[in-house]
Amino acid sequence: MPPAPLLERKRQHPMTASDHAFAEVPQSWTHRHLLDLERLSADDITLLLDTAAAFKQATNGCRTKLSALAGSTVVNLFFESSTRTKTSFALAARRLGADVVDFSAAGSSLSKGESFIDTAKNLEAMGVDAVVVRHQTPGTPHLLTEHLGVGVINAGDGPHEHPTQGLLDIFSIREQLGSLEGLTVGLVGDIAHSRTARSNLWGLTKLGAKVILCGPPTLVSQRWQELGVEVSHDLDTILPRCHVLNLLRIQFERQNTPPFPSVREYAHLYAMDKRRLRRARSDLVILAPGPINRGVEVTADVADCPQSLILNQVTNGLAVRMAALWLTCGPRAGEPTPSSQPAGASA
Amino acid sequence: MPSLLIRGGRIVDPSQSLDATGDVLIRDGRVVAIGAAAVSESDAAGADEVIDAEGMIITPGLVDMHVHLREPGREEDETIETGAAAAIAGGFTSVACIPNTEPPIDTQGAVEFIHQKAARADACNVFVVACVSRDRAGKELAEIGQLVEAGAVAFTDDGSPVYDAELMRRAFEYCRMFDKPILAHEEVLELSHGGVMHEGLVSLALGLPGMPAAAEEVMIGRDIALAEVTGGRLHVMHLSTAGGVALVRRAKAQGIAVTAEATPHHFTLTDECLRQFDSNYKMSPPLRTAADVEAILDGLVDGTIDCIATDHAPHAIEKKMLELDRAPFGILGLETAVGLSITRLIVPGRLDWPRLVDAMSTLPSRILGIDRGTLAVGAVGDVTIIDPNLTWEVDASTFRSKSVNSPFHGWQLTGRAVATIVGGRVKFRLHEAAAAS
Ligand SMILES: [Zn+2]
Ligand SMILES: [Zn+2]
Repeated sequence: MPPAPLLERKRQHPMTASDHAFAEVPQSWTHRHLLDLERLSADDITLLLDTAAAFKQATNGCRTKLSALAGSTVVNLFFESSTRTKTSFALAARRLGADVVDFSAAGSSLSKGESFIDTAKNLEAMGVDAVVVRHQTPGTPHLLTEHLGVGVINAGDGPHEHPTQGLLDIFSIREQLGSLEGLTVGLVGDIAHSRTARSNLWGLTKLGAKVILCGPPTLVSQRWQELGVEVSHDLDTILPRCHVLNLLRIQFERQNTPPFPSVREYAHLYAMDKRRLRRARSDLVILAPGPINRGVEVTADVADCPQSLILNQVTNGLAVRMAALWLTCGPRAGEPTPSSQPAGASA
Repeated sequence: MPSLLIRGGRIVDPSQSLDATGDVLIRDGRVVAIGAAAVSESDAAGADEVIDAEGMIITPGLVDMHVHLREPGREEDETIETGAAAAIAGGFTSVACIPNTEPPIDTQGAVEFIHQKAARADACNVFVVACVSRDRAGKELAEIGQLVEAGAVAFTDDGSPVYDAELMRRAFEYCRMFDKPILAHEEVLELSHGGVMHEGLVSLALGLPGMPAAAEEVMIGRDIALAEVTGGRLHVMHLSTAGGVALVRRAKAQGIAVTAEATPHHFTLTDECLRQFDSNYKMSPPLRTAADVEAILDGLVDGTIDCIATDHAPHAIEKKMLELDRAPFGILGLETAVGLSITRLIVPGRLDWPRLVDAMSTLPSRILGIDRGTLAVGAVGDVTIIDPNLTWEVDASTFRSKSVNSPFHGWQLTGRAVATIVGGRVKFRLHEAAAAS
């Protein structure tokens, strides 16, 4: 049963000057959902990044609240646990004035065999405006869009994509280095199982960066070359060419057979350590978006080296997710805003 | 017993190299006259029932040698009755049912159960393929001799490969005694497990676990070697890769007793379809690449692939409409096979009618060793009448099958069976069916 406040749709907020800047979603944004970066255009991605930058500025570094989504309800539908991403989406929604409902698969009717589609439909019936979904299976957010009439944001679907993580990485690089055009970005590690890698790959290449995928052949398929991406199995040779390195976590839990003989051997070949850092450009930017395995993807001395490593991107994560939420479920020209709809109505 | 006259159609019967306009007269369930001017005026006048087949193709009844009827055990997906109804609506007069039921068909009693249910359904002929291994567990041989006595026409552990190479070798050797083929689902499970689609560029981009072509080809290679060493008969089921086609072509050239089938979905769809994340595109073996589809088509043209079989695999909607990794493998086939084959093979001129009828009737009958696939005088009066020009839209809601897991819903197809005659009795007529619905 829905908690009572959920059905009570409206709370009027006084509009501020910054709210007026976000009164209406630009008409150049034509998507209902944010499912992946593969099918977005460079303009779409730039609009997302610019919107994130505007939110970051208007909210004093994502600290103050707006009312751009006041009266809207966002559901966090997480079939896989993730404290960081879920919290980030929840905060982003609240910064925009939306109500947030958390729905975790554990302890819900899902464990009794209800299908994810039924679950989502029940949520829709409660009158929500957007669904943020995390699921272990690629394509599940896409399937939801066929069954729901509300905006869907993919918060990670198995090894497929994690568009807001990709955007956040790109946003951070852009903030640090100005433009993506002409940069060389090395994505290192478990490409096979990394949704972050895929979202980075599409987003970066669309914005004019060159991407090199690097790791052992068991985790980095040669076939990526057929999509025009450089593949390397030797970190030391590509390192001097990279402006940015994105270190992706080895997902030991997703492997059928170990993809390399030992962690020791992997670290020897691919861990970012002080010795390797000396071979790199002095202004190398290192991103480590996942909860990293210290001593595997990166050694402790590099992990704690503050000038190069961007470990925690809380603020940028918020800005990007505010942009994603607002673009997918914010008011559009010619469409009734949530606040002008009668209570209980759904799209 | 009544007689049936089919008049003035184009008779295509590759079993007797016949392709001519003419009539077919069936009396007491058997063909008594066939060909141009073969039926005398008095016989024609005395026929109890006449079907005007002008503009139609008349073929020996179509045979689908790879059908999962699900009964016993999974009646929520399909029953022998609904599966047989789907078969005649799709133009098939005979199906061979695959024994991966619950329990599996590995005893005489189980074979008799199928025969009894099929007789009660009284639609198409149902030939029974029985298990290679007891309980389909892959450990020891089922009682193959007893099963042959009960009427099993072939053996398979389909759903799974026969994993133990020595057991497969024994099965080939033992089946030689009865001249029965082993129908093989070719898959090295370690290479494909956890996979939901073909391993390739699309699976790479979608992050979906893949089933490499090598998983199929390695097993085909093993089984060809075992068929050669034993002299047994290997029939490769649902061949789906270019490499597999090449292996079968080479084995045939070497004189090894190997035959093969391909499904309409494998010669029609590619792994690009998975971009829709629709579990109706999930089957095993998976949809492969465009190059594989071309190789399958070439194999059908040059005869490397003997026949078309559907691998009709119904799943109730609540079980199929799940996330891709949780949904079961399988796709319906019986009610779309004729339309897809004509649309994909005849219309573009890839196959001519005699070759298509060979692939859908004569050769599967020969592989199974059943007395079907021919309209020679004296043969059982199983006939399919096809309108080669009828264009129609696939509507899953009209399927006779109990399930609807077809990605072809909404497709426009050319060519459809308009009448299905089993043992001289008209079991299905499209226009009556349409009028009734
Ligand atoms: Zn199979
Ligand atoms: Zn099968």
